[in-house]
Amino acid sequence: MSGQIPILKVKGLTKKYGEKIVLNGIDLEVEKGKVIAILGPSGCGKSTFLRCLNGLEEVQGGDILLDNESLINKSTKWREVRQRIGMVFQSYDLFPNLTVMENILLSPLKVQKRNRSEVEAQALELLERVGLADRANDYPRQLSGGQKQRIAIVRALCINPEIMLFDEVTASLDPEMVREVLDVIAQLAEQGMTMLIVTHEMNFAKLVADEVIFMDKGNIHEQAPAEQFFTNPQTERAQQFLNILQF
Amino acid sequence: MTFDWQYIVDVLPHYKTALWLTLKLATIGIAFAIIVGMICSIIQYFKVKVLSQIVQVYLEVARNTPLLIQLFFLYYGLPKIGITLSGELCGIIGLTFLGGSYMAEAFRAGMEAVTKSQIETGKAIGLSNLQLMRYVIIPQAFSYSVPGFGANCIFLLKETSVFSGIAILELTNTTKNLMGIFYKTNEALLMLVVGYLIILLPLTLFLTWLERRVRHAEFGN
Repeated sequence: MSGQIPILKVKGLTKKYGEKIVLNGIDLEVEKGKVIAILGPSGCGKSTFLRCLNGLEEVQGGDILLDNESLINKSTKWREVRQRIGMVFQSYDLFPNLTVMENILLSPLKVQKRNRSEVEAQALELLERVGLADRANDYPRQLSGGQKQRIAIVRALCINPEIMLFDEVTASLDPEMVREVLDVIAQLAEQGMTMLIVTHEMNFAKLVADEVIFMDKGNIHEQAPAEQFFTNPQTERAQQFLNILQF
Repeated sequence: MTFDWQYIVDVLPHYKTALWLTLKLATIGIAFAIIVGMICSIIQYFKVKVLSQIVQVYLEVARNTPLLIQLFFLYYGLPKIGITLSGELCGIIGLTFLGGSYMAEAFRAGMEAVTKSQIETGKAIGLSNLQLMRYVIIPQAFSYSVPGFGANCIFLLKETSVFSGIAILELTNTTKNLMGIFYKTNEALLMLVVGYLIILLPLTLFLTWLERRVRHAEFGN
């Protein structure tokens, strides 16, 4: 399932807010089918990094290459890139004025102009997979946080992205709901989806990720296979970070 | 105090005509105010260059001058430079001018209440700005702005009483005239109040219903 060609390449990515450097020349290669967990303390730039990857933040330097094509130039059509790089946020943000099904169908029908019956079938299948097929006609307000987040994942998947970005998707959920959402992501990993996951769930990262990136103050301090990172972190900063988590 | 019920029956047709006229002018004026308000609020929301400054000036002028003065300008002022408009047209334009600014503020507040994360999510699934507007921002903004919008409708409807200043025979002016002719003050004022209530009570009920109906945006996402 995992190939050798990097589908996503990041070179010296730099992001500044005024004088403040948020990302200090990030380098990363993501191979197809790989799951990368991005860890680090709050404010280390991990969310900003994900947001740069689908054009929600302007960058001040460096390059992002998707299938060897640079995304950092004026002619980039982010609307098309976003159909290839899906993103799910902490706040789920289903559209409250639309039903679950309408939320899921919006982009496939209006942006991708796909055939309704085909998309509906796909949506139902995905809903089935996350155990929410019976909620298709509900409004977001009728769902729990974990259910909303699973729907948000389905909404992103139904666009058929090649890469998925997860930005602390379980951070605002209670423990039981965290589990149901993480199960869905683990399922995706098994199916070979390429994913970048920003998370504070260490056990989950250990289990699902192929590789771990540890970030602090806008730099990647350590990049290692998941197993190695958790058992034998090389940098002092990462050791510190992991020690604090163990009590 | 004697109350002349026969008089009320006699003048009923006048009130009926006045009521319809009030309703007609208010409906048209409010409808145009909604259109003007929507356009202005979108210009303000996207901070469109130059236009947003013009809109800002309009909002300040419209909201900080009394409707009566705006009507005087249209009805008595404009003929001096050769533009003569009928009283009713002046009324509609005046109500649109005033109402547009109030509606713009209500809609703008509604749009600004739509969270940044909703908009980013919309972008992240590939929506264009227009689609974002159509499927995400406007439906939610509308829901948020219904209370302000409703208050504006009621306010503008009552403002039609100011039309009496430019000789439009709506409810208030009709009442004033009848009082001047027959001196049946109590009867006339009772009819005036009843006339406004006939229009405003159903409107208020409708707006309360609408508010409940479109409150989806307030319940988490």
